[in-house]
Amino acid sequence: MEVLHRPRFVDESRCTACGVCASYCPVAVPDPYDENLKTRKAVYIPYTQAAPAVFAVDPDHCLFLTRKECKQCTRTCQAEAIDFDQKPQVLTYDVGAVILAPGFSSYDPSRLPEFRYANAKNVVTGKEFERVCCASGPYMGDIRRPSDLSKPKRIAMLLCIGSRDKGRGNPYCSAVCCKFAVKDAIVALEHEPDLDITIFYMDMRMYGKGFETFRQRAKAAGVKFVRARVAGICEDTLSHDLTLRYVPENGNLKEESFNLVLLANGLEAPLGAGNLAVASHIGLNEYGFCQTDLFAPASTTRKGVFVAGAFQGPKSIPESVCQAGAAAASAAELLAPARGTLAASKTYPEERSAPNGAPKIGVFVCHCGKNIAGVVDVEEVAKYAQSLDDVAMVERNLYSCSSDTQALISRTIADQGLNRVVVAACTPRTHEVLFQETLREAGLNKCLVEMVNIRDQCSWVHMHEKQEATQKAKDLIRMAVAKARRIEPLSDSVIEVNPKGLVIGGGLSGMTAALSLAEQGFRCYLVERRPELGGNLARTYYTLEGPNPQEHLKALSKKIQAHEGIEVFADTTIESVEGFVGNFKTTLCSADGRKTHIEHGTIIVATGARPYEPEQYLYGQHDRVVLQEDLEQQIGRGRLDPSELKQVAMIQCVGSRDEAHPYCSAVCCNQALNNALKIKALSPETNVTILYRDVMSYGFREAFYSKAKERGVVFVRYRAERKPEVESADGALRLRFEDAMMRREVIMEPDLLALSTAKVPYENQALVEHLKIPLSSDGFFLESHAQLKPVDAYVDGIYLCGNAVFPKPPDECIAQAKAAAVKAAILMAKGYVTVEPIVASCDTGVCIGCGICAHLCPYGAIRMTKIGKAKKAEFVSAICKGCGICAAYCPVRAITMGRFTDDQIAEQIAAFGAEMCNDKEQG
Amino acid sequence: MTKNRVEPKILGFLCHWCCYAAADAAGVSRFQYPTHLRVIRVLCTGRIDAVFLMDGFANGADGIFVGG
Repeated sequence: MEVLHRPRFVDESRCTACGVCASYCPVAVPDPYDENLKTRKAVYIPYTQAAPAVFAVDPDHCLFLTRKECKQCTRTCQAEAIDFDQKPQVLTYDVGAVILAPGFSSYDPSRLPEFRYANAKNVVTGKEFERVCCASGPYMGDIRRPSDLSKPKRIAMLLCIGSRDKGRGNPYCSAVCCKFAVKDAIVALEHEPDLDITIFYMDMRMYGKGFETFRQRAKAAGVKFVRARVAGICEDTLSHDLTLRYVPENGNLKEESFNLVLLANGLEAPLGAGNLAVASHIGLNEYGFCQTDLFAPASTTRKGVFVAGAFQGPKSIPESVCQAGAAAASAAELLAPARGTLAASKTYPEERSAPNGAPKIGVFVCHCGKNIAGVVDVEEVAKYAQSLDDVAMVERNLYSCSSDTQALISRTIADQGLNRVVVAACTPRTHEVLFQETLREAGLNKCLVEMVNIRDQCSWVHMHEKQEATQKAKDLIRMAVAKARRIEPLSDSVIEVNPKGLVIGGGLSGMTAALSLAEQGFRCYLVERRPELGGNLARTYYTLEGPNPQEHLKALSKKIQAHEGIEVFADTTIESVEGFVGNFKTTLCSADGRKTHIEHGTIIVATGARPYEPEQYLYGQHDRVVLQEDLEQQIGRGRLDPSELKQVAMIQCVGSRDEAHPYCSAVCCNQALNNALKIKALSPETNVTILYRDVMSYGFREAFYSKAKERGVVFVRYRAERKPEVESADGALRLRFEDAMMRREVIMEPDLLALSTAKVPYENQALVEHLKIPLSSDGFFLESHAQLKPVDAYVDGIYLCGNAVFPKPPDECIAQAKAAAVKAAILMAKGYVTVEPIVASCDTGVCIGCGICAHLCPYGAIRMTKIGKAKKAEFVSAICKGCGICAAYCPVRAITMGRFTDDQIAEQIAAFGAEMCNDKEQG
Repeated sequence: MTKNRVEPKILGFLCHWCCYAAADAAGVSRFQYPTHLRVIRVLCTGRIDAVFLMDGFANGADGIFVGG
């Protein structure tokens, strides 16, 4: 693989991201990160969290690179990191797999001139508004409008800009805009509660976990939802207010004025996707995104090349994370035989024995170029540090984090025989690991360093109060030195991980996860409570996209049965689960009562969901009223001939988006489209009427909504307040409903009524208790972070996937299953878990066995066990996160928190007070 | 030297994962705020024993800020 590496013109190994170059750079350029609402310099760091956190020179705007002038940055950079000699390089890599993750581009709303984006300043895109709301954005989080920076009172948000628009936009639904518009509305209201916000939409596609509730929250907060497509916007040339023209549901043209308009512009295939496709020999779909198959969402058309994120199709953050996991899993399956062959482990000098005797503390004060030294009087601070008890030496460094200073610190530690180190520099959140490494290089235990944050929380935030900032730096160093006197060497504990996995649930997700684990080289147990594998997939006969689910199931089953790494336990339930990450012991119980004990390191939960069986609409009372699943099965097995039906009616949102199930199940509209199109394909004369509230054919599935309309499927919207009614009249069905658009009552006598019901979780109470993982309010398993950790359960070593997390179509189930498998595999491939020595430990001699700690521990890391005759608290350090709630509540102070002991904190508090004494003496 | 300004001594206990990170982010964004706060980093505000607060006041804190 050949990669073109463009020059950064900054030496990554030298740059310390201090920002002095940018402060001297004379060129201001609109900042694309802030959607051009703010400027940055021609030498810049793209955004605060950029990785690597080093500067780059913008070759299109730098005066030196464009006109051979300036070079201010070179002169001012004390780290000598600017390097204008860098040239573009073509790098060649020998790789076994490639993952493409180029993201997406945004639709340019100036392609729709009626919305005035190109010339009206107060018409902004979704991303621009995000920056407006952001505390680090152009207006520091104040909601202002660009034309005059005044606070808008009325904001309009227009959805489907360039999406679901065959004419001048993209025919597909961008899948995320409804959600981000509602989020923007809620965020804006948090900033300015008096804002008057109106969202104009076609269908509110708040499918997925928690989103419908989110919309209800916005509604309760006063956000208005208007179902209308805005025809055009006029700008008032004086006030720059904007007048929207639209036809609301009552049919009368309306004009309404707003101070700011947000266009929720859709997602497009990433710029340059075509070139990437040519370079990597992969196929693109009709919309220019990466072409994938329904049952292989991470595989491109070329073997060994995989796709992650929105390049596969518009998707939200958790879906992107899952898709990325699936791509990683697919690559790991392919490369399993080569795992670890290129890895090398780092070696450190032997640790010096535990420092006994008096503490000998070295203090290193960092200038951070001018970042600290420009505000804090570092010389005075160093002098002060020298005066503190037990401080053996003080040194100042221009950049403590630069590699040459690191080596110097390491040498100084050894030469001076230091046994504690205090580094007064930036934040331990980013740099503690680096200094711990330095200590290890010097043969000192890594826990013997204490950092003082005199940059991020001192010089940077008190730039105009030099004297006070210097005093603060001194105080913080005194407190850190006080703590350093009490710090002790501690080591990481290592817990082995059994390289076997348990997958609970043998549906599409469970089978996919098990096969992925096995293909990645790990043995696994696949447990299914039904006598056969397949789950919902076994009852699926055709798909919108085309691939045959029964064939996929057959192929998957065959692979699983043939794979020696997978042991299948069908007709089996989970009797008990003991243990913790890396070391689980589970008892399985088969239908005939036979018990099997298994040991494994990880667990993947894939227990699925089932269709809700309603009591309304004569379901279960009339043989012509069926669920969509039943209809599919009857047609799929040839038991129902659609040509015998004149009129088929379908009701959406049965038991969905109501009090019982407030969420949208995300898949039912697609099921209805799937069955409707199948009926139309088999019998074009059959009338199909779908009664819906919002059609949720998100993403590329929008095409099937269009296709259904083209094939003559009739879509009639009903309102949640006026649900359809069904009665049996002499054995025939009579359906009565209100057409929400025409506001007319319609009576229909369908031959068949299919209900699209909510998807609900199985009763998982027993399993929940075994696994000790929480459920969300809707009864599905709760991820540890809804956005960023969509497959991690709250308990380490347990992963979640498929419909058990939330209902989703098969491609998303597969992506999530593979993502769960790769997370489990990461743990098992490493073979052990290292536990940072920040965890709690208990002096059993002092412990009185009251159990308060075990009761309070949010992670279930404490067990009360009998030692001799008395109960004592036993800590499982593999699970402990070091929060210290137990220590704070222990009535006898038997609990010690590593690196944050009671003694250390008490010393810090006392040192905080020592300043008071000094002040008084001086006063 | 007499000062008319109130110069309170404030002791802060900041959670490593949230408030301490937010304080860092404030620095990155160069938000300016008064200099009176002295921070002790903890891994969770759940770590804070009531004794720490009493200790803080006994050691002369005019106010204690717990951020988590």
